[in-house]
Amino acid sequence: MKVLIRYLVLFAGLLFVVALTLAAFGLDVVQSINYLWRGAAGDSVAIGRTLVRATPLTLAGLGIVVAWRAGMYNIGGEGQYVLGGIGGAIVAKLLVGIAPGVLSVLIILAGAGFGALLGAFAGWLQVKRGVQVVISTILMNFLALLLLEWSLRGPLQESKGQTFVSESLPNAVMLMRPDRQSDLHVGVFVALLAVVAVWVFLKFTPAGFRLRVVGESASAARANKIDVGKTQIRAMALSGGLCGLAGVIDYVGLTGRLADGFAQNWGFIAIPVALLGGLNPWGTIVSATYFGGLFAGSEVLKRFTPIGSSLVPAVQGLAVLAFVGLSYWLNQRSEAKNGSD
Amino acid sequence: MDPISLGLRIIQFTAPTAFAALGETIGQKTGVLNIGLEGTMLVSAYAAVVVSGATGSAWLGLAAAVGLGLLLTMIQAYFTVVLASDQVVAGTAVNLFGLGLTSTLFDLGVAEGREYSGVAGFEKIGGVIDPVLVLLPILGFGVYWLLFRMEIGLAMRAAGEYPPAAESAGFSVIRLRLWGQAFCGAFAGLAGAYLTLGISQSFAQNMTAGRGFIAIALVTFGRWRPGWVLAASALIGFLEWLQFAVQGKSALPIQLFLALPYVVALFVLVLVGKGTQQPQNLGVPFRRKG
Repeated sequence: MKVLIRYLVLFAGLLFVVALTLAAFGLDVVQSINYLWRGAAGDSVAIGRTLVRATPLTLAGLGIVVAWRAGMYNIGGEGQYVLGGIGGAIVAKLLVGIAPGVLSVLIILAGAGFGALLGAFAGWLQVKRGVQVVISTILMNFLALLLLEWSLRGPLQESKGQTFVSESLPNAVMLMRPDRQSDLHVGVFVALLAVVAVWVFLKFTPAGFRLRVVGESASAARANKIDVGKTQIRAMALSGGLCGLAGVIDYVGLTGRLADGFAQNWGFIAIPVALLGGLNPWGTIVSATYFGGLFAGSEVLKRFTPIGSSLVPAVQGLAVLAFVGLSYWLNQRSEAKNGSD
Repeated sequence: MDPISLGLRIIQFTAPTAFAALGETIGQKTGVLNIGLEGTMLVSAYAAVVVSGATGSAWLGLAAAVGLGLLLTMIQAYFTVVLASDQVVAGTAVNLFGLGLTSTLFDLGVAEGREYSGVAGFEKIGGVIDPVLVLLPILGFGVYWLLFRMEIGLAMRAAGEYPPAAESAGFSVIRLRLWGQAFCGAFAGLAGAYLTLGISQSFAQNMTAGRGFIAIALVTFGRWRPGWVLAASALIGFLEWLQFAVQGKSALPIQLFLALPYVVALFVLVLVGKGTQQPQNLGVPFRRKG
């Protein structure tokens, strides 16, 4: 019940921020929210669109949760997402001709693996070489995007060599779509499964417990003979793997090919998604669905107004600051209350 | 190209990241990691183009950019310094906000037929040197003087190394850190303004292209010393210039050259590591006891 109220308050708060942003940009608030709603939940196609947008946000958001809970500020979701796509495309190219179902699975595994390697590398750099993850992962984002650009003009370019995209995946390799009208694909269930898996991992396994202890206090972890460095590198590998999974699921579920604009900031946007979700798995899927809806809605908004999805980061920035301010205020209040007892 | 204009060209590419990095150096020395440079630079870059376009004066554009950079960073500092909240979270929020705000305003402006290119730049001194470039070494020296030669600089560094020491010497760590952030914001504003008014004379969505993040890396790279930070910036500026110089002329893929600044920054960080130069309390929020 308490959780439900918290989410309702959060939802109302976010709606308020959206309305405020729309008004600040001089749009008709009621009309614009109507467009947003139609695009996000107006009919089954709109709902499908929301879920498809929410999928990478959930997966990459979980990646952020895992890293940040271990005290590793992974800002590199974007690069890991891109590397996930690249890993998938490499496997698709190398293993062309094998059974489609098997290929789909291998593509997904490769994507997650590539992301995990990049995440682990950043973790290793911090633990062993003292290079802060905050800085290294940002630099790697740019490198991953450039690697994508280069590979689309080189080894991964489609066979005709006319445009800078990768070969389109055959339909049989693409994830199943239950409804031809909509982009909705079964990757949504991968995201759902990942939420459960990360929740179980963090809450019920010894490794998840160690991860949280390291994040809360590295010195306490050391006192309890937890290998802090190893735990941090593992957290970054898992985090990168989830972000890579987000990328490869988009590749094999939605786009079917890579292009320069493949990443669309999903890995970056996943950071506020995770933060507003309270850095916990269930909160993350709720917040991912909310922002997935905002993205889906902004596509309809774009048709009627000059404003499109660029609205979303503005809303997120404001929302995160409001969230930080609010939690500070709540903490103050509960501290004051405890003090007077 | 003769060596002098070549040198000036490289300094031109150096300037935006260098300004931002100098400001970040002051902020980090007081113990605050400002991740929000990128978003702040974007907002300032946008303001510079709009104001310069409307008034025809690059200097007014610069003033608007510095003012907005200051304002946005002080809002962020209210969260990171006064409320002692997580510095990476607040900075990320500012980055998102800056990106979303400027991209949306740009969309709106384009729909209204607003021009974002060909705005007034700075009048060059003697037709050769951009006056803002002259500021670069002056400010570099000024930052050094402030941090290492002035009493207040010693207090600021103490706020980053060991806050209780600054407090017991009668300084307010919160106030010192706020000052640090004020410098950081004004410098980020200057960086954004120079990016548009000094280099491109136009605005495009997300045009900072990671320079704010590079600037943060440069502070570590330059070991938190203004002179070294400037030198590191010059190296990155040279690599940026190289991209334009080789465009269309090299058999190697252009992405390789585009990647060089990031690769070099990462590589240097790997070589030097965090070391002992890092302010001991960098990124640690300060809460006054009792």
